[in-house]
Amino acid sequence: MANADGGAYSYSLTVFSPSGKLVQIEHALAAVSQGTTSLGIKASNGIVIATEKKSSSILIDDSVVDKVAVICPNIGIVYSGMGPDFRVLVTQARKSAQAYWKIYNEYPPTRVLTQEIANVMQKATQSGGVRPYGVSLLVAGWDINRGPSLYQVDPSGSFWAWKASAIGKNMVNAKTFLEKRYNDDISLEDAIHTALLTLKEGFEGQMTEKTIEIGVVTVPTPKELEESPVGANVRPKPTFRKLTEEEVRDYLAL
Amino acid sequence: MSIMQYNGGSVIAMVGKDCVAIASDLRLGSQALGISSNFQRVFPITDRIYLGLPGLATDVTTLRERFRLRVNMYTIKEEREIEPEAFAHLVSSTLYEHRFGPYFIEPVIAGLSKTPTGGIKPFIAATDLIGCINFAKDFVVAGTASAKLFGVAEGLWEPDMEAEDLFETISQTLLNAVDRDAFSGWGAVVHVITKDKVITRKLKARMD
Repeated sequence: MANADGGAYSYSLTVFSPSGKLVQIEHALAAVSQGTTSLGIKASNGIVIATEKKSSSILIDDSVVDKVAVICPNIGIVYSGMGPDFRVLVTQARKSAQAYWKIYNEYPPTRVLTQEIANVMQKATQSGGVRPYGVSLLVAGWDINRGPSLYQVDPSGSFWAWKASAIGKNMVNAKTFLEKRYNDDISLEDAIHTALLTLKEGFEGQMTEKTIEIGVVTVPTPKELEESPVGANVRPKPTFRKLTEEEVRDYLAL
Repeated sequence: MSIMQYNGGSVIAMVGKDCVAIASDLRLGSQALGISSNFQRVFPITDRIYLGLPGLATDVTTLRERFRLRVNMYTIKEEREIEPEAFAHLVSSTLYEHRFGPYFIEPVIAGLSKTPTGGIKPFIAATDLIGCINFAKDFVVAGTASAKLFGVAEGLWEPDMEAEDLFETISQTLLNAVDRDAFSGWGAVVHVITKDKVITRKLKARMD
């Protein structure tokens, strides 16, 4: 008999334990809660997602480590958990977004892309020869129908929409902090500061532009939308972007 | 004779002021032999989008069902109705998937799209049989009478027509064009799509 915490059920991915749990998925969630903290806050005029990026050694060149990823011009994601699993999901999500673009000549709404990612993650809980993805994701995006939206996706493949959420090491504390700080008409600028403040709560060491990554969704004004050029060869103006190190430094200084 | 002309039939779409119209004849033929004078080839896709499928009759049926499936799946997945622009690209990519063994259809799309500020904008487009889209500001034509439709529409169309004017213009354009085409005619149907309703009328046409 295998003897991890879940007893005989702990190694089989697809066998329910008598208490109704899939132990491997619980383990995947445990892997996530060991990962660095990430959080997202939906503001009245945008969304911010942020994470800490700590290197295990000062010798690592952290300018090439990316934890906030752009999927398509209107959607970005951040993760807590296993880096390599995240990279695979980013690749899949980007492919999925481009496949959608090829059919409809527009990028997928946040909800549709989130569903696609969730499907990929769900498959890994039911297929042979694989393990669940060891990551939770925060998906932030803007689309014309639903406006700005923030989703969390878990290793089980379940997903929810949040006004603000945190994943990873300090998620319980961070969520309590966010619950105290959040209100519905918070502006994007305030949300960015709240995000940094929340990260600071559980941060070990110095918060600098090298150890923080931030992505923002900015909601286009009706005027911008009306004036945005259309045509076969026109690229849509991105609504999601990563903040540069300079911008992060400025926010940290305030 | 080309397979595109085998069954005959023509479709035209026109833009008006806050409205669009799409019209087609009703003939189904087998080369010069008339088979039916009630063959529908214009179909509603949503409340605000109509699709015309002139060309080979067997492909009319196949493509109608194909787009019905794709649009139903889209509506369920996205929890909203498809917009004309996205639908036009769906038509285009569906046809291009069959680049080297195409459906013998030249679709015409007419609809009203929503603007970001909550208004509506007329939309028409047509593609060739492998999905090259033609976005037009005035009118689009397709089918065996396309050359004649072009000529008449060029003479009759004017900008910013109200729904009644648009109906009259598209009807006259279609009837006069199909009378000069042996493979089109035998009745006609017109749909005028406006903000709050779609007006569908059958036209009395020459039956010879």
